[in-house]
Amino acid sequence: MRDAIGRHAFELTAAAIAIVIATHAAHLPAWLLIGTPALILARVAMRRRREGAVPMIVRVPAAIVLLVAVATQYGTVFGREPGSVLGCGLLALKLLETERARDARVALGFAAFVLISALLFVQDLAFTLAAALALVVLLAALISLQPASAAATRPLRTELRLGAALLVCGLPLAAVAFALVPRLASPLWGTRDNSGLGRTGLSDTMEPGAMTELLIDDSPAFRVRFDDAAAPPRQARYFRSIVLRDFDGATWTRGRRGTFLRAEPAVSEAAPIGYSIVIEPTDRRWLPALDLPIDAPRGAHFTATRELVADTPVTEPREYRVRSSLDHRLSDRLDPQERSRALALPAGFDPKTHALAESWRSQRLDDDAIVRAALEMFRGSFTYTLNPPLLGRDSIDDFLFSTQKGFCEHFASAFVVLMRAAGIPARVVTGFQGGTWNAAGGYLLVRNSDAHAWAEIWMPGRGWVRVDPTAAVSPARIELGAAAANDNPAWSQAPWLRAIRDRLDLVDGLWTRAIIRFDALRQKGMLTPFGVPEANPGDLLLALAAALAVILVLATAWAMRDVLAPRADPLDAAWQQLRRRLVHAGVEPRTSEGPLDLLSRARTAIPASDAAISPLVQDYVALRYGSVEPAPERVRAFTRAVRNFRVARPV
Amino acid sequence: MTATLAAIRTRMLALAERRLPALTRLRQAERLPVRLDRRRIYVLPTGFGLLFALLLFVMLLGALNYANNPALLLTCVLAAACGASLFVGFRAMNGLALTRIDAGECHAGESLPVHLRFAESARVRAGLRLRIGDTETAFALPAGSGISIDAPLATTRRGRLGTGRIRFSTEFPLGLFRIWSWLHPDASFIVYPEVETPAPPLPDASLSDDALARAGTVEESGGLRDYRLTDPPRQIAWKPSARHDKLLVRDVERAGSDALVLDYYALAGLDRETRIRRLAAWVIAADAAQREYTLRLPDETIGPGAGSTQRRASLRALALLPFAHA
Repeated sequence: MRDAIGRHAFELTAAAIAIVIATHAAHLPAWLLIGTPALILARVAMRRRREGAVPMIVRVPAAIVLLVAVATQYGTVFGREPGSVLGCGLLALKLLETERARDARVALGFAAFVLISALLFVQDLAFTLAAALALVVLLAALISLQPASAAATRPLRTELRLGAALLVCGLPLAAVAFALVPRLASPLWGTRDNSGLGRTGLSDTMEPGAMTELLIDDSPAFRVRFDDAAAPPRQARYFRSIVLRDFDGATWTRGRRGTFLRAEPAVSEAAPIGYSIVIEPTDRRWLPALDLPIDAPRGAHFTATRELVADTPVTEPREYRVRSSLDHRLSDRLDPQERSRALALPAGFDPKTHALAESWRSQRLDDDAIVRAALEMFRGSFTYTLNPPLLGRDSIDDFLFSTQKGFCEHFASAFVVLMRAAGIPARVVTGFQGGTWNAAGGYLLVRNSDAHAWAEIWMPGRGWVRVDPTAAVSPARIELGAAAANDNPAWSQAPWLRAIRDRLDLVDGLWTRAIIRFDALRQKGMLTPFGVPEANPGDLLLALAAALAVILVLATAWAMRDVLAPRADPLDAAWQQLRRRLVHAGVEPRTSEGPLDLLSRARTAIPASDAAISPLVQDYVALRYGSVEPAPERVRAFTRAVRNFRVARPV
Repeated sequence: MTATLAAIRTRMLALAERRLPALTRLRQAERLPVRLDRRRIYVLPTGFGLLFALLLFVMLLGALNYANNPALLLTCVLAAACGASLFVGFRAMNGLALTRIDAGECHAGESLPVHLRFAESARVRAGLRLRIGDTETAFALPAGSGISIDAPLATTRRGRLGTGRIRFSTEFPLGLFRIWSWLHPDASFIVYPEVETPAPPLPDASLSDDALARAGTVEESGGLRDYRLTDPPRQIAWKPSARHDKLLVRDVERAGSDALVLDYYALAGLDRETRIRRLAAWVIAADAAQREYTLRLPDETIGPGAGSTQRRASLRALALLPFAHA
């Protein structure tokens, strides 16, 4: 069969396809995750024994089964996830009929498409680099389909190297194109909704144990760059996200009521500090801000409880600038409706807790004393752990009086219930606390594991005051950070490891800022150095065309470099020089004339130079016609002699 | 359908070559060595190249639509790598120098092994193909050494045969672009005549009676030949002549010596090409038997002699006999 492909090329193609499918592994259903590698391996094993396509009677039903399975699982075959699942499945099935270079090429082209589509799901630096490596394998597979390879031994190495070289050669052009291809201000179709990826993040409800998943997630949540370079001390780094006010005995919720009221007034008592935050996608609208944000950034607003909420969900990394106050009074006055809401507790739950609060009240303790008593109680016999025992129906009673083990949300929840039972308005706040200072990059990295929950109580004359009961139980959580409190092994805190992690995170942050966040707005300012302050798409395309032309010229020069610079024969060059000298002296060489004829004419024309010319011409004749390859040193001597030769002027 | 299309294509090509010699592959036969350069190297995307371009465009649109910069970056890198592959492919062709071309031996109807010798190349050139006639051969040149490539050339008739236009092409490295060049080397080879099979035994007196009896036409194949005007009348063999309705004479030389004579004129009654085929078969048989023989043709006599020189000279002379006017 014409065009048939050998074992090496086929297996490299299969490997490339398997790698492409692996890039989708995170969101493939289990049956496909097991099915496709099995299918590819079986096909490779089969083809080793005997070449030939799998018969149609197997292929067609397999494709139908795939289609039906995807349709039943997702309800549709369109859209991002069903589409990628279908793409991966079809890619593996295509291998079944691949017997000719043509089929393999089509399969690899489609694989490139599927590979790029994997970036719709994950966009971080590590994954993009992995995808680039997968591209190298893909190009190597395309190269292996070429008919004759000059490298009989180790073809794989040659192909991989050439594939990588092609990618590297393409980098300058790719960089220019990336910067100058005009971005779309609004999508041509669909929406840019990246939600539904099951990202972990703070939720607007809180029940015991709900945050466990978040607290063990070490991925970055956001990065903060302070205008004053230095970050506030660790104890002050409370990033507020969500305020939870309604409790039904098991779950805290924000509640719908009053969400759209005017934001609680805040009075700053210290100079606010400015900073910018780059937040990783959460698919939610909460924007964490240090303690108490003074003003809302563009595209975001405050809710009644002074949560910062973006107008659209954060589906891609987003940067915003905020000013915050660390010393402030929030909501001096509490209106009765708000007050009763901040005191409400569900009826028929947690009798022991109510009894305890009643006893404190009956002792005529003031608000401060009650807070101290509660914190004292936590400090006494409670333990901080990420693996707390399960709680029953009266979850607060169970926690306060029997298990006494838990983490921030347990403490915050129990504390707020206690306060309310004692008649002090209180609410739960979730957000992030702590973070890691990245000295290399000069920014604060806050991870998902830094998520935290604390309480706010309202005191007359002081407004809403933050109280962190977790700090009473586990000061390490606040002073050393989540990593210290969560019983991570000691080696994971080693300084060198931290240094490496800092560096990696710095690169990751740069990636987010420079690549992921590069948008139409930033592109507009690209051509400012060239005198175009506000570049429109036409300008960008013009610049792209110009850059393209320059790169093409350079590439052409490279491709023809040994044609452009031919190594001239030094002997010829010297002879031409001698002829030019003779022209100056009035002896015009003729095309039909050999060196000896020229010499005899020169003798008669300029007899004065005869003594100089004769040996030169004799030398040339001996060098040119005496041997096939004249000795280089003699050629050099001849060149020198010609350079020193001067036609004697007749006196 | 395909046959009609092919015919139309051939006609269009012929027309284009007549009208636009500079743009088409029509080239005068040129003397070797020939070095390919940018003036004679052509590039067009392949079908796969077009498909891939379409895919890249869809990827670009998707990445822009979803404002997905990593995907856009990777699409740009892939597209740029595809662009770079064009230059890599061009370099595989540029400077390729064909220095010599010669051929082995073959009989009409077989394929002629053509040896193409290339000049030393400073770099590896992989994924090259050359097409002579209708057959395509893939080859690669290693770095730093000249190399000889064998390519088969189909033959149909005896005589001189040129290579015609040779197409060098490559789709290296990714198969996205076809880069090609036409070459028409000024070289021709001899195609020996077809060999008659099965051929009658050698016209040889020393053969056994049995063999002669089986061969049947002893006189025809043996000591008789057509009458020529210069033949003396007493050599005429009257009885066979009467049987064949034309004058035949006894071959004196043949009869007189032990040497084997393969005489064109002795094969009376056969048409020209049949005689040539039979003579070719006999030359090969005689050579295989390591016998000394003489080949007598209308314009020349080769030998007596033996061995490969004699065989080659004989077959060559047979190949170059003019064709009968149809």
